[in-house]
Amino acid sequence: MSVSATRPNPVGRGIIYLLILFFALFYLLPLYVMLSNSLKPLSEITGGGMMALPQQWTIEPWLSAWSTAQIGVEPTGLKPYFINSIAMAIPAVLLSTIFGALNGYVLTKWRFKGDTIVFGLLLFSCFIPFQIVLIPMARTLGILGLAGSTGGLILVHFVYGVGFTTLYFRNYYAAFPTELVKAAQIDGAGFFQIFWRILLPSSGPIIAVSFIWQFTNIWNDFLFGASFASGDGAPMTVALNNLVSSSTGVKEYNVHFAGAIMAALPTLIVYIVAGRYFVRGLMAGSVKG
Amino acid sequence: MGFLDIDNATKSYGNVEVLHNVDIAVEEGEFLVLVGPSGCGKSTLLNMIAGLEDITTGEIRIKDKVMNGVHPSQRNIAMVFQSYALYPNMTVGQNITFGLEMHGTPKAEREEAMNRVAEMLQITPLLKRKPGQLSGGQRQRVAMGRALVRNPDVFLFDEPLSNLDAKLRVDMRTEIKKLHQNLGTTIVYVTHDQIEAMTLSTRIAVMNGGYVQQLGTPKEIYDRPANLFVATFMGSPSMNLIPATVRVEGNAVYAELKGGQRMPFPAGIDGLSAYDGKEILLGLRPEAITDPDGADRHSTHVETVESVVTVTEPAGSDTFVSTELGGTNIVARMRADADVAPGQTVTFAVNMEKAVPFDTATEKRIG
Repeated sequence: MSVSATRPNPVGRGIIYLLILFFALFYLLPLYVMLSNSLKPLSEITGGGMMALPQQWTIEPWLSAWSTAQIGVEPTGLKPYFINSIAMAIPAVLLSTIFGALNGYVLTKWRFKGDTIVFGLLLFSCFIPFQIVLIPMARTLGILGLAGSTGGLILVHFVYGVGFTTLYFRNYYAAFPTELVKAAQIDGAGFFQIFWRILLPSSGPIIAVSFIWQFTNIWNDFLFGASFASGDGAPMTVALNNLVSSSTGVKEYNVHFAGAIMAALPTLIVYIVAGRYFVRGLMAGSVKG
Repeated sequence: MGFLDIDNATKSYGNVEVLHNVDIAVEEGEFLVLVGPSGCGKSTLLNMIAGLEDITTGEIRIKDKVMNGVHPSQRNIAMVFQSYALYPNMTVGQNITFGLEMHGTPKAEREEAMNRVAEMLQITPLLKRKPGQLSGGQRQRVAMGRALVRNPDVFLFDEPLSNLDAKLRVDMRTEIKKLHQNLGTTIVYVTHDQIEAMTLSTRIAVMNGGYVQQLGTPKEIYDRPANLFVATFMGSPSMNLIPATVRVEGNAVYAELKGGQRMPFPAGIDGLSAYDGKEILLGLRPEAITDPDGADRHSTHVETVESVVTVTEPAGSDTFVSTELGGTNIVARMRADADVAPGQTVTFAVNMEKAVPFDTATEKRIG
């Protein structure tokens, strides 16, 4: 074997790195535009310097977007809606993950007659477009007295998400050795003890997958938020829209950029923190060992 | 009435009956091995004893208590699984004591039991490790420790050695046997390996197609197999079966092979003379056909035949010699240093005291 086969020549390697660097910078351009424009006064943007770095650095647009900007008719900033989104996303993510895990556990380790049909129906819910369920869901929320509230949104996202999470956990637990469940039964562990003590501690990667997937979807959802929660109860996405598309006064682009980054930040953080589990979890079970 | 009674037990999935009227009474301290090919129902039967599968009809009793419908954890049994089924998230120590914890044993007692078992199995240095950090043999020991710690009435083993490499398998086999001798516990052991069955058991149940084909001591199973299935399944290389015709002359009974060779049966095979003139299968284990020097000197019925060697397979301890007898290919077991080569005509000594005649139609042993 020649030397060049085991050790690639430095020129080729240099070109590869240059290309990678070029594309990385290219894809980071939008982030650069958003960040730099959110940190300069409005006059610099309207003056035509959108691609330039700020000449006069300021965090004023961020403060304004957070607490004083006009959202719809109230000058509240995005803060209360950010809190709304947190209050909606976290319970909905937790609920759908826990129930998805329980469903997956039952569907693989406590098989019953017709379990594949139940799983098929749950899976079916993944393929129903959001728009189709809007009216029946609005009616249901009305009957339950949850219309227009964060509680209603939690329910909607939980119900919609549980199909996906069940799919994840079922496939993950299908590869989980059933002999472990039998051994635990002989050891005297009950239904929930087996779940808590044996299955859940081994489910880290798939919990991360479920968590990222659910959080991203729920946090970024606009349609359900706009349909089922209006005014004070609206989530971040709806508030951001109200901020950006308000038709009165001057368009404060720097404030809009700051608000958009705020809205994207939580999902970004979730990906950075749990991202390495994501691929691992998605691949789990596909390769033996 | 035994210690563990399997009384007319059957198992059906829907309309398909997979286990048919199994009747086995296991005495206290017995080592019962269920052996058979894949799909013979041996693991299903073990799971029924464990309570992991329902009993369709019939009864299973442990210490005279009916176990039908009793939860696995309430049967005072312990099971060692083929995959060991160690909880991957727990340490070895936690694995061993998990069952005690679930049964509400106080912590101090659990620790004491754990240390006792760990010492017995020499796994004390491993107690803090996770199963993923153990070798196959160590995992096997931990799985046995988890079973031992509970002091169960009955131990159930589901092919516990089949994931180990050949050398370790033999070592662990000896160790399981030693453990049984020291503790005197009642064991039901499932395997498809007939050597494990022969070496470990005090009694063997040979199963096929959901039926118990024969239940008996290893010697009975080996020397007096009930039918052709048991005869060919147990023993390696498997028993030679040579078509022959029964000839009765006065008190003497012969097997006449194709080509006219006559082999006298020893006296005392019940019902054989009724087959006069009929076709049977003459069963001869490889070790019953050997070189004249290696033949059993205590046997009074040694016949010599001459035949051409086709293949020799030296196995170290023995040499297996393929040849032809009565128009059938057979395998003979000779001493390791027997001087034979393919193509040679060699004298074989056939020990007819070990011969087992089978009915060709019913496939059952005659006598």
